[in-house]
Amino acid sequence: MIEMQDVWKSYPDGSHALRGINVQVDRNEFVYIVGPSGAGKSTFMKLIYREVRPTRGQIFVNGFNLEKLKQRKIPYVRRNIGVIFQDFRLLPTLTVAENVAFAMEVIEAPRKIIRKRTMEVLELVRLQDKASAYPSQLSGGEQQRVAIARAIVNNPSVIIADEPTGNLDPDTSIEIMKLLEEINFRGTTIIMATHNKEIVNNFRKRVIAIENGVIVRDEMRGEYGYED
Amino acid sequence: MRISTLARHFREGFKSVVRNGWMSFASISAISISLFILGTFLILTLNVNQLVEQIESQVEIRVHLEVNTPEDQVRTLHNEIGSIPGVAQVEFIPKEEGLEFMKEALGDEGKELLEGYEGDNNPLPDSFKVTVDEPRNVAAVAEQIKQLNEGRVPPPIFKVYYGEGTVETLFTITKYVRIIGLVLVVGLAFTAMFLISNTIRITIFARRREIAIMKLVGATNNFIRWPFFVEGALLGLIGSIIPIAVLLFGYASLVDASRFNLGLMLIQLVPLEELAVVVSGILLGIGLVIGIWGSLISVHKFLKI
Ligand SMILES: Nc1ncnc2c1ncn2[C@@H]1O[C@H](COP(=O)(O)OP(=O)(O)OP(=O)(O)O)[C@@H](O)[C@H]1O
Ligand SMILES: [Mg+2]
Repeated sequence: MIEMQDVWKSYPDGSHALRGINVQVDRNEFVYIVGPSGAGKSTFMKLIYREVRPTRGQIFVNGFNLEKLKQRKIPYVRRNIGVIFQDFRLLPTLTVAENVAFAMEVIEAPRKIIRKRTMEVLELVRLQDKASAYPSQLSGGEQQRVAIARAIVNNPSVIIADEPTGNLDPDTSIEIMKLLEEINFRGTTIIMATHNKEIVNNFRKRVIAIENGVIVRDEMRGEYGYED
Repeated sequence: MRISTLARHFREGFKSVVRNGWMSFASISAISISLFILGTFLILTLNVNQLVEQIESQVEIRVHLEVNTPEDQVRTLHNEIGSIPGVAQVEFIPKEEGLEFMKEALGDEGKELLEGYEGDNNPLPDSFKVTVDEPRNVAAVAEQIKQLNEGRVPPPIFKVYYGEGTVETLFTITKYVRIIGLVLVVGLAFTAMFLISNTIRITIFARRREIAIMKLVGATNNFIRWPFFVEGALLGLIGSIIPIAVLLFGYASLVDASRFNLGLMLIQLVPLEELAVVVSGILLGIGLVIGIWGSLISVHKFLKI
C-alpha cells in the first residue's frame, strides 16, 4: 500500500538525503525505520505524506501516485495518513479535546460524530480525565498521547510516527508502544522512525535501516543493530 | 459546506480579529483613512459633476441681429439656424420683448433709466435665443451661426454670444477632477491593500504552525482560506463603515449649513439621500475588496505545503 520506486531527494542546499530508495510496505505492517542521525529517516517519512517532494522517482500511497496526483487531491490522501510528530505539534491555545477534534473539524465531519469520536480516542489513549486541560499543563508522555489521539482520530489507514518515544522515559515509551501495537492490531499500518534500541529489540517488527540515504538492511522481526 | 463548518469559519474569523487587536486596529485604520480621503474626493466629484450639468443646461446661444434687419431676412435666418444640426430650439426675441426683460432685470431703478426708449426709439436689436441638445456642441453651433453672415450684404448678424471659454473651462475642470480622483482612488486602494496584507501577514506568521498542521491532517486550501476571508471582510467592513458614517454626517451638516448661502448663488448640493447610496456603496465595495484581497494574499504562500 506504500511503495517507493527509485526515489531520490536532494535538498536545495545540495545535501542528498535519499539516494535511490526502493521499498514496499504492505497493509497492516508495523515497520521501524532506523539509522544514524542525518541518514534520511525523517525525509523518507515526509515523502509519504508529501511534506517534501522527491527529486526523482515514484511514490504510491493507497494506490495513488503522489507525483501524478493533482494538488487539490492531496488533502484527501492525507486524510488517510495520521502523522505523529516528534515535537507533537499541538496547538497551545486549544484544549486536549479541541486539539483532537480539530483534526476532524478540518475534514468537515458532523459535530455529533466529532464529539463522540473524540471522547472515544481520548479513552483509548487514557486521557479522558485531561480532556479540558491545555497542552502546557500536561507531561511529555501525555502530550505524546494527545498527538497520537489526533493522528488516529480520523481512522487513517497509515500512521507515520517520527520518533514517538524521542524524549520519553522507558516506562512511558513502553506504554506508547503498547498503544501503537493495539492500533496496529486494529488494522492500521504503522511506520515508525526511532533511535530506541530497547523498543526495537523488545517489540520485534520489520526493521528498515537507512544510512547515507540508502537502505542497507530490511529484515522481518529485525534487531536495532546499532550501539547507541 | 456544512452549516456548522461555515459557523466555525465565521467564529474563527471573528476570534482572529479580536485576538490580534492591535493588528486589526492598524488594518482598520489604514482602510478607514484611505477610504476617507477617497470618499471626500468622491463627494467633491459628484458635486462638481452636478454643478457642471446644471451650468451646461443653462448654456444657450444669443444671436443679436443688426438693427433694421428686414423681416423676411429674419424669417430666413430663423429657419436656417433651426436646421443647423445640434440645434434644439430657436426662439425669436423681438426688441420690444428684449426691453421688457431688461426692465424687469433692473427693477425699480431701471424703470426711470429706460424711460422713453419704447417703440421706434428702442436701441436694442432683435435677437434669437438658441438652445442646443448637447452642451458640448455649443462652440461648433455658434461658429456655424456666425457663418450665416457669409455672402450676405450687409451681414445681418451683429454678434453671437455663448459664454465663450467658460464651457470649455468647465469641461477641462471636470476632466481633471475625474482623472485625479481616479488616480487617487487606485493609489490609495493599493496602499491600503499593501498595508493590510502586511499586517495580516504578521498575524499569520504566528498562525503558521496552525496552518501547517491543518494542511498535514488533510485540510483543503479553501477550508484554511475561509476564516481569513471572513477576517478580511470584517476588517474591510469596519474600515469602511467608519469613514462612511463620518463623511455622511459631515455632509449632512454641510448641506444644512449651506442651504441658505449657496442657495443664493443658485448652487445646489447633491441631496444627502442620493449621495449616501452612491458613497456607501462604493466605499463599502472597495473596503471589502481591499480587506478580503489583502487577507487572502497574505495566506497564499503558507498554503504551499
Ligand atoms: N529542509 C532541509 N533542508 C536542507 N537539508 C535538509 C533538510 N531536511 C533535512 N536535510 C538534510 O537531509 C539529510 C537527512 O535528514 P533527515 O532529517 O531525513 O535525517 P534523519 O535520519 O531523520 O536524522 P535524525 O535521526 O537526526 O532525525 C541530512 O543531511 C539533513 O541535513
Ligand atoms: Mg529525523
